[in-house]
Amino acid sequence: MADMKVAAYICQGCGLGDRLDTAALAGVAKKEGKAALVREHAFLCNAEGVKMIRDDISNEAVTHVMIGACSRRAKTEAFGFTDVCVSRANLREGVIWCQPETDEARETTQEMAEDYIRMGCAEVKKMTLPAGDPAAVTERRLLVVGGGVSGMTAALEASKAGYQVALVEKSGALGGWAAKLHKRTPGKSPYADPQDTPVAEMAAAIEADANIKVYLDAITSKIGGAPGRFEVEISTESGSTATEKVGAIVQATGFSLYDANNLPELGYGKSANVVDQAGLEALAKAAGGGAIKRPSDGGEVKRVVFVQCAGQRDDTGKHLAYCSGSCCLTSVKQAMYFKDANPDIDTVVIYSDLRMPGNGEDFYRSGQTKGVTFTKGKVSGVEATGNQCKVNFHDVILNDQAVIDDADLVVLATGQVPNSGVDIDTKLKAEIAAAGGDNSLMEAYNASQAEGAVKPISMLNLNYRQGPDVPQLKYGFTDSHFICFPYETRRTGIYAAGPVRRPMDMVQAMEDATGAAMKAIQAIENAGLGRAAHPRSGDLSYPIFRREGCTQCKRCTVECPFGAIDEDEQRFPLFNQARCRRCGTCMGACPVRVISFENYSVETVGSQLKAVDVPDEFSEKPRILVLACENDAYPALDMAAMNRNVYSAFVRVIPVRCLGSVNTIWINDALSNGYDGVMMMGCKHGDDYQCHFVKGSELAGIRMSKIGDTLKNMALEEERVSTFEVAITDIERVPQLINDYAALIQKIGMSPMKGF
Amino acid sequence: MAKKTYSFYPGCSSQTKASSDNYLKSTNSMCKYLDIELKEVPDWNCCGASIGYAEGGELPRLALSARTIALSEKANPGMDLVATCAACWLSTREAKERMDHNTQTRNDANEALKEAGLVYQGTQNVRHMAEVLVEDFGFDELKKGVKNPLRDLKIAGYVGCQTNRPFGIEGESFENPVYLDNIIEAMGAEAVPYDQKVTCCGGALAFSEPEKSQKQIKDIIESAYDHGAEMIVTPCPLCQANVEIYQGEVNKRYGTKFNIPVLYYSQLITIAYGGTAKEAALDGQLVRSTKLEEIASK
Amino acid sequence: MSDKYRNNFLREVEEKVEEGHWVKMCMQCGVCAGSCPFGPHWAHPPQEIFMMIRAGKREEVLTSDSMWMCTSCYNCIVRCPRKLPITHIMHGLANYAHRLGIVPKNQPTEHFATLFWNNLAQTGRVNELKLSLGIYFRDGFAQGVKNAMAMQSVGLGMVKAKRLNPMELFGGHGVKDKSGFHAMLKKAREIEDRRKPIA
Repeated sequence: MADMKVAAYICQGCGLGDRLDTAALAGVAKKEGKAALVREHAFLCNAEGVKMIRDDISNEAVTHVMIGACSRRAKTEAFGFTDVCVSRANLREGVIWCQPETDEARETTQEMAEDYIRMGCAEVKKMTLPAGDPAAVTERRLLVVGGGVSGMTAALEASKAGYQVALVEKSGALGGWAAKLHKRTPGKSPYADPQDTPVAEMAAAIEADANIKVYLDAITSKIGGAPGRFEVEISTESGSTATEKVGAIVQATGFSLYDANNLPELGYGKSANVVDQAGLEALAKAAGGGAIKRPSDGGEVKRVVFVQCAGQRDDTGKHLAYCSGSCCLTSVKQAMYFKDANPDIDTVVIYSDLRMPGNGEDFYRSGQTKGVTFTKGKVSGVEATGNQCKVNFHDVILNDQAVIDDADLVVLATGQVPNSGVDIDTKLKAEIAAAGGDNSLMEAYNASQAEGAVKPISMLNLNYRQGPDVPQLKYGFTDSHFICFPYETRRTGIYAAGPVRRPMDMVQAMEDATGAAMKAIQAIENAGLGRAAHPRSGDLSYPIFRREGCTQCKRCTVECPFGAIDEDEQRFPLFNQARCRRCGTCMGACPVRVISFENYSVETVGSQLKAVDVPDEFSEKPRILVLACENDAYPALDMAAMNRNVYSAFVRVIPVRCLGSVNTIWINDALSNGYDGVMMMGCKHGDDYQCHFVKGSELAGIRMSKIGDTLKNMALEEERVSTFEVAITDIERVPQLINDYAALIQKIGMSPMKGF
Repeated sequence: MAKKTYSFYPGCSSQTKASSDNYLKSTNSMCKYLDIELKEVPDWNCCGASIGYAEGGELPRLALSARTIALSEKANPGMDLVATCAACWLSTREAKERMDHNTQTRNDANEALKEAGLVYQGTQNVRHMAEVLVEDFGFDELKKGVKNPLRDLKIAGYVGCQTNRPFGIEGESFENPVYLDNIIEAMGAEAVPYDQKVTCCGGALAFSEPEKSQKQIKDIIESAYDHGAEMIVTPCPLCQANVEIYQGEVNKRYGTKFNIPVLYYSQLITIAYGGTAKEAALDGQLVRSTKLEEIASK
Repeated sequence: MSDKYRNNFLREVEEKVEEGHWVKMCMQCGVCAGSCPFGPHWAHPPQEIFMMIRAGKREEVLTSDSMWMCTSCYNCIVRCPRKLPITHIMHGLANYAHRLGIVPKNQPTEHFATLFWNNLAQTGRVNELKLSLGIYFRDGFAQGVKNAMAMQSVGLGMVKAKRLNPMELFGGHGVKDKSGFHAMLKKAREIEDRRKPIA
């Protein structure tokens, strides 16, 4: 630290020189920012400007660089110095582009700019250059769990990219669900007829691939470690075990059909002629291209009824609440099994809404062309009548109570249930529900824990303290970031692909698996370099904790959304760097503030907010601190400025990695330093969350709900700290939020805490 | 512009002393000003209109159109076949498309035509006069001929159905075609926006379902009035007839006091081009347009 | 064995009805029903007619007067997302019912349409006067006089405007080659009956 030398650079380009007194800014950097070297430049991001900085680093032993120019999101290549600490004072988007270009505004605009220079200098001095992880290692080998079409695709794609794969399949053969099919819905043009499944071809390719090692009749009985260095114990049915070291994991454990035994009202179990979609595939396979026979007596099939949404899209709470997105296609295909063999067989598909993803609309048209009858209706019951079935339904278009009383076969489209293993949050979710007065989940949980209860089988058997499987979101599907990182689970280095992630058809599953394999490869390479996975891709910092200050409260371990923190034998947190996504949620959680990153800490932010010049109570110049998520709110503010949307000159914005990283000390410090208000801008949370770190904004919301007491103790109004959900697209809304809040502060008046 | 020559299919209503006699007369006048020569298809027959289907069926109906086209191809080779009646145009163009796209239909039609000593070859485009104006002239060109601009005249351009759907004028929206408004404006009048521009007048069902059709007619006229129109202008003989003739019936049924002139675009253009009231056949209106007659007399 | 929801009637429609092969392609969105100017007057809008055909409701469809409500405005055709020629299918169904002789009694549009065709088939061109009188006199002579009197002012107006010629009653417009014209229609009818025979 003794060798720290701070240099500050003030850019005059993009109108900064015209709108601001850059000489005064340089003075602030020198006097208040204590920069050893201060330079102004007409065009800092051009080759000459960058060379000037480069030369100072080489010749003047500069170790810390403060750049007063554009947003930290702009010119990242030009100013991407990796051998020094860099902070950015956002003078362009953060000041001149969001302030009116008028003489009256000149004073407050300049004040804003000077504060950002103070903040930039304060921040950079608290930063140290991430040393990286000298122990970073990686295994250029993938584990793929599940040998269905998704898993096989992931394995083949990874191999094509030059990576080795261990493929674990619990049954005795590759193929999964697809292997049970007579034909598949078309995956390529023309989308008119059922096509052969790719199973045989893919299995042969895998067998011939020296990069892929297949374990059949096998499960992963234990997985430990972290990205780059997972250790996997594979147990086979025969009792043998093997150990695989892999860098990343693709979970492609697929789905099971919803159990049609739950649907006795639709005749399942009462007549052999009522089957689910798997049952029909089995009949078609058995027929081997010949006529499909009636199961009850081997009689001729003249009429088939397909019941869509059987036990799906159910609003009674008894069955699946969701649509599986693939069964309509399957029913069209299965109706074609009959129509292609004999156009005189009548096939009726009773649907509530036909959903034909991909090129499915063409396939639907083809079904219509072949004479498959589609009728919008709701089946109320199926009765067995000898060797036939009676299907009662409401024809919605004709508003008829209709009956088909001579169906030889009834096929129930029951939908996909993910094979996602143990819901590790069951107890937590039950506790939350119980706290809200609903004990049903807790009762269910207790029943599941009782002696002799059938326990769900884990898919992965992770030996993480957080539980054996990856967290689930809704309906038991694995949690993955729908908007930004669709394959990314909440366990770094483990990627979900196919119907375990969300319901889908084979075309989508293959695309999914390819994507997941690519992300897994990226994780392997990042782990080898000790770098973070997205969204902080490339970040070399990781959480460091001051052991002697730790009170072993476990908040960091519990709150980490990614299960990155275990506990050591002495119950101290044990950080698995490679699992960490660098969101800082642990740092925000820590009540004794012992967790920090080299380039992001309680100090880097705390020093910034303290560096701001807070005018006195009578100045009529309030100060509002904005803590903005760097992934959504901050870019939204930048884009608002690009559109020249004006917002209050009294705000000072500090980007944070995630609202989850906000430590309450910052709020305390801001209020006791005389700020009049604090706005926290994070992402949407809940089931359709947008938070890049999944839980960060939600946790921040919980923490801040408890800040009321602090405010009361300081005799401050509770509006002085407010939390807002902001999306990256809220370009018009963000300036409005700020202005409304500034007006509110105006109304409640200046903080009495100034000048202490 | 050089003289343009078209093979002309006037249709049953555009015959002397038939229901759109005024359309025929004003079309002839308009063409004189535009230097268009119309060569009438000798011995053309009825197109079957939109109501011929019930008794006529498919092939006999198509044969009607095939005969007219075959006569046109024989007498006026190399020309486009142009109709002024929306139903004539629609039926004929539809028949042509089916015969051109389906060999069996074409062969069947020709088998029938053979009885009349004719053959359908499919060498001519089948067009509506509005297409000729919009595509072969264009609004700027049409504007050039204006000698007596129709100032201070507010007109509801009533496009209706069959010049608009299913074929319509190339590039126009089915929901809001603007070509007629553009023609009206080119003549110096004001095209008022109103919301019944493409509403059906009931068509042939004005005869068989008068009550239901007159509700349509009432809506159309009411909207034109409400939006300040003094006059309705249309490209379709059935639209013209229904909306004009039944105003008395509508007034009786709904207690309205409608008395709005309904004219053809060809009458409008003739007057704007300096033609007389007689040339534009303004005396052929049941509801006389005094305002247009005044402009004509200037 | 019931015929409900079998392909039987659909096949019949495909064979016997103009553009009938399109019926199976309807995807039941209902845009046609919402686009029809006479929509409220249809017992079964086109969407329903298509479903009824697929549900095997032969009698209900063919004896319905729904398709006789079609004004040929073509709104359904241009809006149908599946590009079904709905107007023509309605015409085709009406024609088929007419040929089978099972149209509801006194269906006014059937009456007018028949009158219209016979009128034009006689001379090759429509005789508007005879057509109008035909409509007025459909319910007998007395009612006809009443109807004609009611529309008298219109008729006189038309005559005055030189848009109706009383002399049309005695001949009037027509094609010259009547024998060729009639032979052509006869042949066309013959082929049509061969292609779409009525059992």
